[in-house]
Amino acid sequence: MGQTREISCEGITKVYDGNKTALSSIDFAIPAHGIFAVIGRNGAGKTTLARILSTLLEPTSGKATIDGLDVMADANKLRERMAVVPQEGRTVAWMTPVQTVSAYLLWRGISYKESLKRAGEAVARVGLEDQADRLNRTLSGGMKRKVLVAMVLASDSEFIFLDEPSTGLDPISRQQLWRLLIELGKDRFVLLTTHYLEEAERVADRIGILNNGRLMAIGNMPELRGRLEHQYSLKVPAGLDLQVKVGETVDLENGQLQVLTTQDEALRISKNLIEAKAQFSVNPITLDDIFTYTVGSIDAEVREDKEADEE
Amino acid sequence: MSRLGSQILASILVNAVYEMKNYPAVLVITVLSPLSFLTLIFFISGGTLLAVGIVGGLIMTMFSAGTSLQADLSHLKNDFKLQDMVVGSPTSASVYVTGMALSELIYTSPALVILALLFGLFVHVELVMVLGIVIVMLLMFLTSISLGFAFATFSSDIVQSFAFTRLLSLLFTTLAPVYYPITLIPMPWRYLAYLSPTTYAAEIGHDLIGFLSLSADMLIIDWVVLLGLTIIFLWVGTKKARWREK
Ligand SMILES: Nc1ncnc2c1ncn2[C@@H]1O[C@H](COP(=O)(O)OP(=O)(O)O)[C@@H](O)[C@H]1O
Ligand SMILES: [Mg+2]
Repeated sequence: MGQTREISCEGITKVYDGNKTALSSIDFAIPAHGIFAVIGRNGAGKTTLARILSTLLEPTSGKATIDGLDVMADANKLRERMAVVPQEGRTVAWMTPVQTVSAYLLWRGISYKESLKRAGEAVARVGLEDQADRLNRTLSGGMKRKVLVAMVLASDSEFIFLDEPSTGLDPISRQQLWRLLIELGKDRFVLLTTHYLEEAERVADRIGILNNGRLMAIGNMPELRGRLEHQYSLKVPAGLDLQVKVGETVDLENGQLQVLTTQDEALRISKNLIEAKAQFSVNPITLDDIFTYTVGSIDAEVREDKEADEE
Repeated sequence: MSRLGSQILASILVNAVYEMKNYPAVLVITVLSPLSFLTLIFFISGGTLLAVGIVGGLIMTMFSAGTSLQADLSHLKNDFKLQDMVVGSPTSASVYVTGMALSELIYTSPALVILALLFGLFVHVELVMVLGIVIVMLLMFLTSISLGFAFATFSSDIVQSFAFTRLLSLLFTTLAPVYYPITLIPMPWRYLAYLSPTTYAAEIGHDLIGFLSLSADMLIIDWVVLLGLTIIFLWVGTKKARWREK
């Protein structure tokens, strides 16, 4: 598999209806293999970016290519080699998992007989052999999502786009999905959007952070960690006098205070906190911390959502 | 099997074969709706409009293929996001819609067979006239399928889309003079009927079975309009349908 293949964006901008800017001049170039997770809050522009790259949506301006093929001019060539599961993509209620995968393969131009053979194999590979011939509408949410993954798994597509494949799944189903994603990412390029930071950290080879239509950071975990000066994170209830000597504090807006600091300083503060019998946590920085540092807390957004719902 | 064959088969399986297996009631409805109109017309007219009603049924069935296509495509696009999956695949818009159109034809086939039998039994015309009616039906099918596809690609709300489908069939097959001759509409109002593409198809059909006798001029106008509409709507369907979103 060629390691030189790239997926790149130059000045990709999307303005909906002439006034709603969803993406502002996105620029990046990354190898087109492994898993690329695009993370960001609701409305950050993840779906817009995924749809432009998967030839479903025209950008307002800018250029994007996958393995040298332009998403606008060479869309038909790209569509031979890509597979897409859109956000809120669902299995057709009146079909079975095997029929679903087989029909998808037929649309990809594979013969009927071959499509049934591959569908059976793919459905088994995602662990649904017992449900293979049951109607999709009788399956659980997690199973339905696996059927969609079986669809792209069964295709020969080199470039796979999955928009929030794990949203709404229970933790067990989500972990099963992660295993499938990792398998998919072994020999293909997978663009995955998610707002579960843990998911991106677990499965992704590369991560892009979107906020308000801007790409705030992109890279693998060590590269993203390198953006932060300090590599340890301490979380304590706000209002304690910590006397931080090295590092910086971030107000998490959820009654907690975060200290980003060095390992030694984290240990020193921890000792004081233990003596003071305070509750706290300390760990090497995670994607969560990087995200908070880059765009602000995701908790704050969840709270905003709740408030909006209550209105 | 060729690649094109596979792609068309996919649409037929998803939208007709697999669906029919699970919702046979839909099939019963497509058979019943032309027949129930026909029965109504038969009793009200004391049997005199039977032939007109049979031809009307054939035209309505072809036109409904397009409105059903619109409803089915919108459902698949908005509720399952299926269209996105197909756009991001080697299947082109025209191949997708050809398969879907054929699937609608499969759905309407039982109704067509019954109407064709009734036609054979109760309408006695020369073979050329039958050919004329088949051509009219084909043009009607192409028109409504193209329109249905174009509308479906723009739809984003399934409720609105179902209401729209019903509105279309109400205006163009129930209200328009498809099951009854246009001459039953009093004069100034008759012009309104010409707003519906089905009127031209039905007028030709009613003429072909000898129920109406249109002047040569009128007949030519009807054919030209029908052909023109078919070409315009085919163009709209192929050029204006929204495959990749703007
Ligand atoms: N079809 C659309 N028309 C108008 N605005 C849109 C449309 N789709 C998305 N948006 C807006 O663009 C922004 C980015 O949306 P989206 O790409 O869906 O974000 P995400 O997937 O990260 O939640 C949001 O503010 C959203 O409201
Ligand atoms: Mg989204």
